[in-house]
Amino acid sequence: MKRGFLARFAAVPHIVWSVIFIIAPLLFAFFYAFTDGEGSFTLDNITRLFSGNYPLIFLNSLCLALIATVICLIISYPLAYIMSRMSRRAQSTMMLLIMIPLWMNFLIMTYSWMTLLEDTGIINTILGKIGLNFHMINTPGAVVVGMIFCYLPYMVLPIYSVMAGIDPKLIEASQDLGASSREVLTKVIMPLSLPGVISGITMVFVPQVSTFYISQKLGGGTFQLIGDTIESYFTGVSINYHFGAALSLLLMVLIIISMGVMNRFADPEDMNGRPML
Amino acid sequence: MKTASRIYLALVFIFLYAPLAVMILISFNGGESTTVMDGTSLRWYREMLRDGATLQALQNTVVLSISSAVISTILGTFAAMGIHHMRRKALRSAVMTVTNVPMMNPDIVTGISLMLLFVFAGTLLGSETYLSFWTLLIAHITFSLPYVILSILPKFKQMDRNLPEAAMDLGCTPLQSFLKVELPFIAPGILTGLIMAFTLSFDDFVISNFTSGSGFETLTIHIFAMTKKSVKPDIYALSTMIFFVVLVMLLAYNFMTGADERRARREREAKARFLRRLRKETAGKEAA
Repeated sequence: MKRGFLARFAAVPHIVWSVIFIIAPLLFAFFYAFTDGEGSFTLDNITRLFSGNYPLIFLNSLCLALIATVICLIISYPLAYIMSRMSRRAQSTMMLLIMIPLWMNFLIMTYSWMTLLEDTGIINTILGKIGLNFHMINTPGAVVVGMIFCYLPYMVLPIYSVMAGIDPKLIEASQDLGASSREVLTKVIMPLSLPGVISGITMVFVPQVSTFYISQKLGGGTFQLIGDTIESYFTGVSINYHFGAALSLLLMVLIIISMGVMNRFADPEDMNGRPML
Repeated sequence: MKTASRIYLALVFIFLYAPLAVMILISFNGGESTTVMDGTSLRWYREMLRDGATLQALQNTVVLSISSAVISTILGTFAAMGIHHMRRKALRSAVMTVTNVPMMNPDIVTGISLMLLFVFAGTLLGSETYLSFWTLLIAHITFSLPYVILSILPKFKQMDRNLPEAAMDLGCTPLQSFLKVELPFIAPGILTGLIMAFTLSFDDFVISNFTSGSGFETLTIHIFAMTKKSVKPDIYALSTMIFFVVLVMLLAYNFMTGADERRARREREAKARFLRRLRKETAGKEAA
């Protein structure tokens, strides 16, 4: 066996790195969640999660992220479909156009949305010319708009790449067998593009449910999300690592449950061995 | 149908580009407001270029992104090679699962758990200023690694397993076979990983927010601090400049890969023509 050494031990630095900087930190999060300031075991942090308005905060975050994810999907699916039927050159231009906003800092983009949505902002100035005025900033709707904007490309790209990979012969074959264009869409394209939809939902839902900057800026602090709450316990004025860690654990558990529910709809073969976590 | 899809595309792009347009417009504002235009000027660009803290943050970000991209690409290349050659399926899937954790976990959880590790290490070492450039670098390498590995692994899978063996049969040492056969083959994956790691690091805010100390400010942290106070159009000026740099880079990259594709197509066509001629000639000879 000549080719042993290099190939066999190449992953060792990475494994060591992962143990120290991926596994150990998560163990610390567990440790902090189940201890108090003196380092002795306690369940207080966990029970506190289910008291006060924390359940409401969690419910709020889940609902907003769910709404934003569904709207992302509704916007992205036709977009990806239209893109996949364009000429090659047009497809790569479209890809570029969808990627460009991703390269912009989302803090700045969120701030720009504030400028757009404010009561005296740009949209209301334009609408004011025809006598309309909407209160948009500091509402849940504004937060959802911000979330959709920040993560829309992450939904479009996986759906598009799966759709572009569908063999055109399959579509021709179904047409030859008498499928109407509607049937081609519902019976051929939709089932085949499901893996892209699933990975799009995963990529969009997780950051949306844990966001904290968008809700602070566009929600104006009128309601709190999990992300805001966790952040406030780590960098805010009322620092409490132990309770913050407990909140993070609950967030992880919620995400694992949501992903588990969703993976039941997915064909496990298409997930390429991607783990649930 | 055609017009309907055109209108649809237009609406989506208006949505995607509205905040960018606002940013660029306001960056030329003559006044102090971020909502109302008060004449146009380049004043915020001048002010931004004179602002030491912003320039320092930009420099910090570039240093950090390059270091973390290079280190995570080196680590990730070897990791991908090791994972590819793992024979035991259980070990392989265990390593992949752990590797993917930072990608699947919400950034905020990755951020706080790393912060807790650094806090603990800091108290062990008895130092107050445990969050620094180094903790930030560690965090950035950690969250870039899965993306690097996932862009290199498929290249290893595409490679014919016999290629490195053939090289060694022809007298290469394993190291030579790696450098001369495997490395050139997986190079596109490495480049993709490097670019991805750089962008992720350049753009990261959430994880940096928890793992950076007061001594070392990245651009996103600097912007975050600025948006906490009352905002002047100067951050728009800064972002507009970054936008145009990114745009030029993206267009150049697109043009380069486009030129590559065109060249590859020309070569393929030339080869096909040559084969056709060869076939015709041999057919002619056989007939004679």
